[in-house]
Amino acid sequence: MAIEAPALGPQLVMGLTALLILVVDTVAPTSDRSTLLAAVSAIGAAGSAGIAGWYLLAGSGQGPGGPITQFGGALVVDGLSLFFAVIVGSVTALVLVASAEYIADQDHIAEYYGLVLLAATGMSLMGAANSLATVFVSLELASLPSYVLVAYLKHNRGSVEAGLKYFLIGALSSAIFAYGISLVYAVTGSLSLPAIADAVATTDLVGTLGVGVVMIIAGVGFKTASVPFHFWAPEAYEGAPAPISAFLSSASKAAGFAIAFRVFTVGLPLEGLPAGVDWTVAFVALSVVTMTLGNLAAATQENVKRMLAYSSIGHAGYVLIGLASLAEGSPIALGASMMHLFVYGFMNTGAFLFVALAEHWGIGRTFEDYNGLAREAPVACLAMTVFMFSLAGLPVGAGFLSKYVLFAGAVEAGLAWLALVAAANSALSLFYYSRVVKAMWIEEPDTPITITSRPTGLYTAVVVAAVVTVGLLAAFSPVSTEAIEAASALLG
Amino acid sequence: MLVELLLAVTFIGGVAVLLAPDEFAPRLGFGWSLLPLLVSLYMFLTFDAANNALLDGGDLAFETTAQWFALGEQYALQYHVGLDGISMPLVVLTTVLTPAAMLSAWTPIDDRKSQFYGLMLFMEASLLGVFVALDFFLWFVFWEFVLVPMYFLIAIWGGPRRKYAAIKFFVYTNIASLVMFVGFVALVFATPGSTFDLPVVAQAITDGAVGPLVGVDAATVKSIAFLLMFAGFAVKVPVVPFHTWLPDAHVEAPTPVSVMLAGVLLKMGTYALLRFNFTMLADVAAANASLIAAFAVVSVLYGAMLALAQQDLKRIVAYSSISSMGYVILGLVAYTVHGVGGATFQMISHGLLSGLLFMCVGVIYNTTHTRMVGDLSGLADRMPVTVGVFVAAAFGYMGLPLMSGFAAEFLVFAGAFGSETLPAAPLYTAVAMFGIVIVAGYLLYAMQRTLFGPFEVDTDYDVVPAATHDAAPLVVLILLVVVLGSFPDLFYGMIQDASQPVVALLGGGA
Repeated sequence: MAIEAPALGPQLVMGLTALLILVVDTVAPTSDRSTLLAAVSAIGAAGSAGIAGWYLLAGSGQGPGGPITQFGGALVVDGLSLFFAVIVGSVTALVLVASAEYIADQDHIAEYYGLVLLAATGMSLMGAANSLATVFVSLELASLPSYVLVAYLKHNRGSVEAGLKYFLIGALSSAIFAYGISLVYAVTGSLSLPAIADAVATTDLVGTLGVGVVMIIAGVGFKTASVPFHFWAPEAYEGAPAPISAFLSSASKAAGFAIAFRVFTVGLPLEGLPAGVDWTVAFVALSVVTMTLGNLAAATQENVKRMLAYSSIGHAGYVLIGLASLAEGSPIALGASMMHLFVYGFMNTGAFLFVALAEHWGIGRTFEDYNGLAREAPVACLAMTVFMFSLAGLPVGAGFLSKYVLFAGAVEAGLAWLALVAAANSALSLFYYSRVVKAMWIEEPDTPITITSRPTGLYTAVVVAAVVTVGLLAAFSPVSTEAIEAASALLG
Repeated sequence: MLVELLLAVTFIGGVAVLLAPDEFAPRLGFGWSLLPLLVSLYMFLTFDAANNALLDGGDLAFETTAQWFALGEQYALQYHVGLDGISMPLVVLTTVLTPAAMLSAWTPIDDRKSQFYGLMLFMEASLLGVFVALDFFLWFVFWEFVLVPMYFLIAIWGGPRRKYAAIKFFVYTNIASLVMFVGFVALVFATPGSTFDLPVVAQAITDGAVGPLVGVDAATVKSIAFLLMFAGFAVKVPVVPFHTWLPDAHVEAPTPVSVMLAGVLLKMGTYALLRFNFTMLADVAAANASLIAAFAVVSVLYGAMLALAQQDLKRIVAYSSISSMGYVILGLVAYTVHGVGGATFQMISHGLLSGLLFMCVGVIYNTTHTRMVGDLSGLADRMPVTVGVFVAAAFGYMGLPLMSGFAAEFLVFAGAFGSETLPAAPLYTAVAMFGIVIVAGYLLYAMQRTLFGPFEVDTDYDVVPAATHDAAPLVVLILLVVVLGSFPDLFYGMIQDASQPVVALLGGGA
């Protein structure tokens, strides 16, 4: 079923809203500027997510005619790209709504919103990129604004340090990624993913191709904060303004995985590859070390934001199971990875936004600082409890379903041992997630907490994220159906 | 629709009580918990199921099926609920014990009341869900959700080491669930079919449809799945040596929570063992019968001996549960109608009796503020009703005829003795029966020292008779124990009906 609307509607809306912000900035009144800009940009992001969701349910680019191609096949619109456009759009909308009060006292407010939207445009395009050239360009479009946003609190040493660190490691990994692309191009003579797939089947330059693939894995590993390319993540997430941490750890990670899913299934499909370039082995190893290291490190943190940063590395490890389990060619694990990223987009964003709320109240950053918070702010703490338990894989939210479908997918692919490793990690994660819950509901505060303000935007975003996380538990059907269909389409 | 009504009423009650002000919460919570009881009694009276829910010829009562979500075209996950003769009694047990536990909370719980009673109702809702759900993912949602209210109930209202006990319970049982999940899912993927629906999967597996999974042959898949599931459920039961979370959780939990923990939560483990391991993989269970029976006997004896060594009344009752759950495992592995049926009956009987014992200990603690055997003496004169019920419940636990404990243990022993599946069944049974002697030993010894003799309490509190709302649930429950012991057919008829097909899997008789 074809829809006579621009196929790249979600990305166009996102990008145009970024430009609109610049216009609004010139005419907006000086009072309450942050609220107005947040409203405009959030509507744009939500619109982008809405359009993508509409296309997705209407079946654009998913019919028998195959994906809709744009710009000579450099960009495609199919289940995968729309699915990730929904994730990026919703996360961006939540983050923007939450930012209104958080950055109200800062300088350069319009730039903040514009940069978030530009980065989101890049992330949305990453899902649609079907050529290594567009992959790289959209990746840079997402990355460059991100570096600035991490260092946005420019009078805060932590923020600036985090931004610098993120930029330096990011620049290095972009260079490695570009080098990998050039090697693959050297072997195949093409940048378009389908053409690469045709060319690799007959190549005899296996060594060069292998090095190129490893470098591309490294680039993807950086973007998704997978071990051993994760060193920037705890610093960047901790130093950045909390809404930006939410944005990067949810949307940016998802977009990185979107690239990985498409490049490795469309461009370097297992069945066409010469022996010796079997990348599932690499992803199995990455998955195990990423989830184990992420969870072990998270369990030893005293700072909640840093714990969430490491937990987000742990979740990257779970999602990598989807790529690790492709050897049997079943779409369940890959689809489950996409489902997990979808749910993760709400529960993890919500958790970071709760930290933003706590920062806004000025109640400190460690677990102990949250002691007794539930007596003062029961609604927000209930939402945070939902996020924590859902991240841990308890059935208060849809994180339970996506995580267990993912484990089931690993079992189906014959990687039951990997599922057991993931299970051990998941049980460990329950320990540190429940520390937050314990602090909020069970511990008594040393000094009484007084909360003076109830920022509407932050509250709205946190509550909406919680409601969606819980609601998806019952209404999981659209997510699972679209994810599995998108995964099946990729695997052909 | 009755199952949905049951779940919805309980869950909505939880929300309502949570939002109620603290001063109304105890009465509202108790009052509301009578509604699920009424619904379940109505279901019990109109119950019309036949045979086992998971096996051919199973005719379910109150069945509902609806599509939930799908994993592509390969697997459809459903909302599927229904009851058979094994789950119906457990549903009634849950709805009976919850109001009793709520009432027993009126005295000890004096902080954050609306949260307490709300969480109790959430726990009841998820426990009911475990017993009614018939699709694996739905069942697993309820199974895991039980942990959430339980965690808070122990960690907020528990004793001095409550935070340690709560997190230990939480992580310990969570990892057990994860291990079990991997085992069962492997089994499903090795079986042709496109569903996680338990009856369909069970039927396919018992028909011998299990195939190889990614190069691992069918027999190995079945053995590994059995092992993983057994390990996972054994933690919940708990079977020695997986029991170490239980004493901590019990001792730290407030009395009403201990009642639910011993009364219903432990039955989740034995119920799941019966449904998964012993129904779906009966051949594997039979092949390893000696080993499983050995676990059962060790649990019976070791649990009883641990109870013998305790000085804390609550710990005594807690360890005795390990012993009693050992009988359930022994009955299951016997694969006779009285063995499997008796095991199920023991779940109900033990639920009532151990709940009752915990409540008696709780009532004594409320007034004396100690649970140590050495601190108490001669309470009988001061608390006649409580002590009377305590003594009666203890005798029920030991297996006094006309009490439910007698019927349950008699059936288990009779069933286990005649087992054809279990080699040297009479030997195992005889050794396990010795556990009764130890039970009598520790219960009589504890009672003799605390309840009789000259009155003396080593704490500075006035010992007064229990309030009416504390004594009433004790009396009601002990009456139920007697009724069930005198007329076991109230439940045993439907239990037998549902156990027969399980036994028939191995060609066993009565």
